[in-house]
Amino acid sequence: MIATAYVFAATEWARVFLLQDYNTRVVLCGTMILGVASGVVGALMLLRKRALVADVASHAALPGIGAAYLTMEAIRPDSGRWLPGLLLGATISASAGLLFAQGMRRIRRIKEDAALAITLSLFFGMGVVLLTWIQSLPTGHAAGLNEFIFGKAAALLASDITGIAIAAVIAVGVVALLRKEFCLLCFDAEYAHAGGWPVTGLDLLLTALVIVITVVGMQSVGLLLIVALMVLPPTSARFWTERFEPLVWISGGFGGAAAMLGVLLSALVPKFAAGAVIVLSGSFMFALSFLFGTQRGLWWRYRAMSAAQRQIALDDLLRACYEILEPQISSLEELTEKPLTQAALLETHRWSPARLRPLLRHAELADLLRRDSQENWRLTANGRRAAIQAVRYHRLCELYLIHYADVPLLGADRTADAFEHSIRPEILEQLETMLEARSPRLMIPANPHAPLNPMVGMPESEAVS
Amino acid sequence: MNVFWSDWSAIDTWIVITAALAAMACALPGTFLLLRRESLMGDALSHATLPGIVLAFLTLHAAEHAGWLTPSGLAAWRHPALFIGAAISGVMCGLLAELLQRWGRMEPSAALGVVFTSLFALGLLLIRTWADQAHIDPGCVLYGNLEMVIADPIGQTGIPRAVAINGGMLAVNAVLLLLFYKEIKLCTFDRDLARSLGIPADLVHLMLLAMTGATVVAAFESVGSILVIAMLVAPPATALLLSDRLGGVLIGALVIAAITAGGGHLAALALPVMLHRWAGAAEASSVSTAGMMAVVAGGLFLLTWFCSPRYGLLRQGLDQARLRRRILSEDILGVLYRLEELRPHAVPGADNASLAATLSVVPWRLWRAVTDLTKRGWIAAGGQGVVLTPSGRTAARDLVRSHRLWESYLAKHFVLPDRRLHQLAEAAEHFVGPKIQEALAEELEQPVRDPHGATIPPSTSAS
Repeated sequence: MIATAYVFAATEWARVFLLQDYNTRVVLCGTMILGVASGVVGALMLLRKRALVADVASHAALPGIGAAYLTMEAIRPDSGRWLPGLLLGATISASAGLLFAQGMRRIRRIKEDAALAITLSLFFGMGVVLLTWIQSLPTGHAAGLNEFIFGKAAALLASDITGIAIAAVIAVGVVALLRKEFCLLCFDAEYAHAGGWPVTGLDLLLTALVIVITVVGMQSVGLLLIVALMVLPPTSARFWTERFEPLVWISGGFGGAAAMLGVLLSALVPKFAAGAVIVLSGSFMFALSFLFGTQRGLWWRYRAMSAAQRQIALDDLLRACYEILEPQISSLEELTEKPLTQAALLETHRWSPARLRPLLRHAELADLLRRDSQENWRLTANGRRAAIQAVRYHRLCELYLIHYADVPLLGADRTADAFEHSIRPEILEQLETMLEARSPRLMIPANPHAPLNPMVGMPESEAVS
Repeated sequence: MNVFWSDWSAIDTWIVITAALAAMACALPGTFLLLRRESLMGDALSHATLPGIVLAFLTLHAAEHAGWLTPSGLAAWRHPALFIGAAISGVMCGLLAELLQRWGRMEPSAALGVVFTSLFALGLLLIRTWADQAHIDPGCVLYGNLEMVIADPIGQTGIPRAVAINGGMLAVNAVLLLLFYKEIKLCTFDRDLARSLGIPADLVHLMLLAMTGATVVAAFESVGSILVIAMLVAPPATALLLSDRLGGVLIGALVIAAITAGGGHLAALALPVMLHRWAGAAEASSVSTAGMMAVVAGGLFLLTWFCSPRYGLLRQGLDQARLRRRILSEDILGVLYRLEELRPHAVPGADNASLAATLSVVPWRLWRAVTDLTKRGWIAAGGQGVVLTPSGRTAARDLVRSHRLWESYLAKHFVLPDRRLHQLAEAAEHFVGPKIQEALAEELEQPVRDPHGATIPPSTSAS
């Protein structure tokens, strides 16, 4: 019985993944092409900081659809759902909407987001008025018009794919041909304008591409899905690359992949609506990119941050070691010979024992500290060098703050703590020159907080005497 | 109009009251969204509340199924539960977008786009998968059921529930705004200053977000998402074109929202009849009231854009035309003055045709400017056509002085070809007042000749 179930499941999976189903093949093909095209165009819109223009375009297309239906019905009854006519109406009214929003940007008080929102509500309102009116007409067989709002991804026909493919080829082709121009437009429109590029024309072209993809996509996958396909892939791709062309193509790839994943999942699970699942696949990819993307992903940033924090903590530990030993030694060579107790370390830096223990273990692993026979800690040769370095950084920073930045003596320690870890070697060199601390005897400047401790920074013979 | 008034009934009154209250409740947080440049939040929230609504619905039904709720309890809990679910998912949408913005360094609109599309898709999936039997009609969410508000009164009072909900929301918003007016204002216009003064800007933002979410959700059920999207942005934007003060914008937005509601309903009643007469459509047709209100809101914005006394297109156009006319008149004075200077012994003046050719303007504009100047007594007919009068000569001298001082100044401080000097001065001369003239003259140590060697006329005010 169970075996039969497994066999059934296996054949089901095979049916879906080997694309034996004609319907699945058609839907997969159509949505993937659309996904790639909208990913590519969406990437440009994201970089142009107009990610939600597609949203406005799709809402603004609605009155055009209604008006086209009414016009065609008026010309010849029962011809109202002729698709090319509806698409033409949608294109015209989406263009009118975006031009309207563009024009509104002349009012300095109305910012871009408000212009888009006003356009969206005005056009969508008109669309709703027209559609409700059409629905209440006795002759109105407007059932097909709702497809534009909610889509019919799972019921794509082979004939729809031709339209999608043409639109996609145009969009991707234009982007591929004009990638240099679009790159310039996205990153420095003013420079492009000054350099004589037709910025307005390029912007219009880009908007036209968005409208074409939106209108074609709306008809096949619905208003919301096309917006999601324009926004999700590029934002995901943004976490993987910092370069223009890779971004555009990765975004296209993500769009295609999201469509594929969504269609296959919805084919496997009968109740899953293809449109929603495609969007959620895109969201899933976005979540993955947001967490693990190599360029801005949260995980890598967290890793880098915790590594930096560990380094800072180790520096602080070594400095604490040095400062405990400082009164006990007469030369820097003796640093490795004196024992350090955990209690002393705890007292110096106010670490909690729970915080200190892993830190000591890290230091041991990195061969900076070692345990001696009495279970006390000692600096190794490596640790000695690193400790001297850390103290040197700290004291140079302190001296700089005291002498040049007029930071009071008591505040210098804290302030130096805050920035000593991030200064680069070149700056350190400058500090040395400034503070005339380059002589080999001044390997470590004296602790400014204990000016009477003569040990370090003084000639060795005097320090001993 | 009689056709509509005769049809007007208590239902229509309640529809307008409900819509007006909802619109006014939306206009208050909408103003701040507009000022914070988050206007698309309305669109985002209208989509993002879906999963919350569906989850609340599913939870209720699961509770009933498990026997924790009686059917009557279900009916009582239905409204509050859906409201809470929607509000939670709305606020979550805002917070998630904020989080993506901060942690992922994303652009605000892109972050919003990612969140609301994902949440809406999640809601759709939940409906299709588990709540197929539920009567959640996407159309109802879109258009609202304004026409049916009267069907759901509170107890025996006859006041529709939607009126109470939206009115309550308006009151809550107004009270919150009055209580924290200073803080909200400061956080909206200068977040950093607010922070440094110890105002918890993040908390204030969260409060605004919660306010927006609750208002939007309260309005959805009665007026539909389309009207909410419109009401969050259109009335505040319209008011912003009319007033420069936050208080003025808020009050203006409230008034405009109320007007929109009334006008929208009237238009919704009138339009089908008009369409019927015009297109010969069948009688039994009606249009969505909420949609019509959105259109009216947009229409009012357009109207204001054209006619606003301070920022309107009409006003801008008039101002520009006036400026152009002044510049042309001044140019004519300049040309006449230079002619006198060039040919002191010839017959003074010039005719309209040669002036038009010199200044390259169309004859009728020149004619208007000449008439204007004549009326002011700066030029008079004579000589070859028109000549400067003494007062006109004073004005012209002043202008030429500005021109030549500016040229000298440019020549002293910038390396520019002579031709370019003239072009720049030609544009600047109309905006150099006596004070700047004086400052220029002082800076250049009272020059007498400009870079081209022409005499700089003495100051008219000094002589």
